Amino acid sequence: MEDIKELVRSYIVKEYLEEDEEITFDTPLISSGYVDSFSMVSLLVFLENKFKIKIPPSKATPEAFDSVNKIVELVNQYINK
Amino acid sequence: MSNFGLYEERIRDFKWSIAEKELEYSNGNILNIGWYCSDRICLKGKAEKIALYYEGFGGIKKTFTFNDIRIAGNTIGSFLRNLGIKDEDRVCLFMDRIPELYLSFLGVLKIGAIVQPLFSAFGEESLFVRLENAQTRAIITQSRHLSKVRMIRDRLPHLEFIIVVDHVVTKKLENKEIAFSLSDSPPVGNLEIFPTKAESPSVLHYTSGTTGQPKGVKHVHYSLISQYLTTKWVLDLQENDIYWCTADPGWVTGTSYGIIGPWSLGITQCVLDAGFSAHAWYRFIDDYQITVWYSAPTAIRSLMKAGDEVVAQYNLKSIRHLASVGEPLNSEAVLWSIKMFDKPFHDTFWQTETGCIMITNFPGMKVKPGSMGKTFPGITGTLLDPVTYEPIKETGKVGLIAFQPGWPSMMRSYWNNEEKYREKFKNGWYLSGDRSSIDAEGYFWFIGRDDDVINTGGHLVSPFEVESALLEHPAVAESAVVAKPDEINMEVVKAFITLKPGFNANPDLELEIMNFIRKKLSPLAMPQAVEFMDKLPKTRSGKIMRRLLHAKEWGEEIGDISTLEND
Repeated sequence: MEDIKELVRSYIVKEYLEEDEEITFDTPLISSGYVDSFSMVSLLVFLENKFKIKIPPSKATPEAFDSVNKIVELVNQYINK
Repeated sequence: MSNFGLYEERIRDFKWSIAEKELEYSNGNILNIGWYCSDRICLKGKAEKIALYYEGFGGIKKTFTFNDIRIAGNTIGSFLRNLGIKDEDRVCLFMDRIPELYLSFLGVLKIGAIVQPLFSAFGEESLFVRLENAQTRAIITQSRHLSKVRMIRDRLPHLEFIIVVDHVVTKKLENKEIAFSLSDSPPVGNLEIFPTKAESPSVLHYTSGTTGQPKGVKHVHYSLISQYLTTKWVLDLQENDIYWCTADPGWVTGTSYGIIGPWSLGITQCVLDAGFSAHAWYRFIDDYQITVWYSAPTAIRSLMKAGDEVVAQYNLKSIRHLASVGEPLNSEAVLWSIKMFDKPFHDTFWQTETGCIMITNFPGMKVKPGSMGKTFPGITGTLLDPVTYEPIKETGKVGLIAFQPGWPSMMRSYWNNEEKYREKFKNGWYLSGDRSSIDAEGYFWFIGRDDDVINTGGHLVSPFEVESALLEHPAVAESAVVAKPDEINMEVVKAFITLKPGFNANPDLELEIMNFIRKKLSPLAMPQAVEFMDKLPKTRSGKIMRRLLHAKEWGEEIGDISTLEND
């Protein structure tokens, strides 16, 4: 669980944040503007590729992607399904 | 009663001099938008009225009166003037929606320089081509965007000053970089306003076309006349309104109706500098008791998707007028807003080049859900036959939306691109590049673009620009970019790609290519789908047949394929 969280967090820091910016597992991502709604699509593709899952479009909402903790909660619903 | 009144009466009696008279402007006078949006409002006795309620991420709140924005504009203008920035120099604003963005807009105009606002999510390549084209002399930015500027500054010989508005002393400034803190600078109470005239250049917005690099749309200070009056009549802003325009000033809506329109009328406006969420937006309206809300169909559809139960959690009764811009407003969105807010979103149609609203559903007029509405008084709009460019007489027939040139905020040129500018006119008409029909009552009904430009979430993306950037990825041999239908954004970018030898199509490569474009150009330009192909459809002369790929995405007839290359 912690491994997944750290994996997702470090990917977001590497791909979406500017130099010197950092986030915690609870930092708002979408509502803060760190990840915009267009970029959310690439984050979704990352999650689906990395965890070999398929997240339905209806579940990939800005609210469900608004922190690392929320994302991992969503991913866990589809892992091993 | 709305400011607009009856359409027939407004059409009959219309003259642009109505706005000139209200603004106390006479031909030949000094006309400076920065002064009109701040100093003049103070002189009218509204110095202590709130001009801006700002809310940033993390609950940061700031409030500015009209006197505050007047002094802030002076202070920024004075700083720039002391650096040697002079009239008609291009000064780029590359910031998130922080107060300094809005206040710098006024400051740059006050000294007669030209504002070049750019969307802060642009990647370094998008930024580079626009700064290079404009030969921009100074850029005002934030620390978080500095890395993108640093990547390109050495390729920009005209760029002399990189001004950082939130520099912290623990970080090191590099070549050309200067720290400027508005709060730490001595306020400048009085600034000699540069005596710009009606035709002095004011704002340079960049827009994308099907081919070639983005074009710089040059506006002049006289645009104020159109922007003032359309804000008053279409957005219906009145003395006690609290107004929210959700557009970013990196795009024309964010300056015409997110700065110039409301502030020239002395109206209080709100800015929320945070990412989208339905709860955050409704809470913002509730907190500030917003009365007039100007947004975009993409946002409205996202709110619809979030569910009606979210609306019920907030007190949104303050809203009295709704308007929308950026892409066609579908009838479902209009009907939804009537159900949720007891009033319709009023569609407005216009472009970066027009500078102001051209076609709209006016307050008080019968709204036909799905229609763009009627032309603004003083605007002569028609549909042209796509072959002869003659006006179409038959009701209901589809044609090219065109306008008779001469309204105050019409672009004056494309920056350093006279040829492209001339191409926008046929038989004395300005061609919008959009197609529609007109019904028997004179309402326009949008059909689509007349070119390959992709309208995603209300922003235009050039397929050429994305295709060119894709070719810089080491795995990409050829590419073709088209619009793909999307429930929320109307259209999104889709890329068809052939790979160089030694590269294999796989999901990780797809993601890598998406991220490559997102960082290089912008999140808007990022392909939301990538399809790897063995070969792209081409004519016998080797030109990629983009229209076949477009037809495939939209489930349309593919038409004539007689020129298609055979295997």
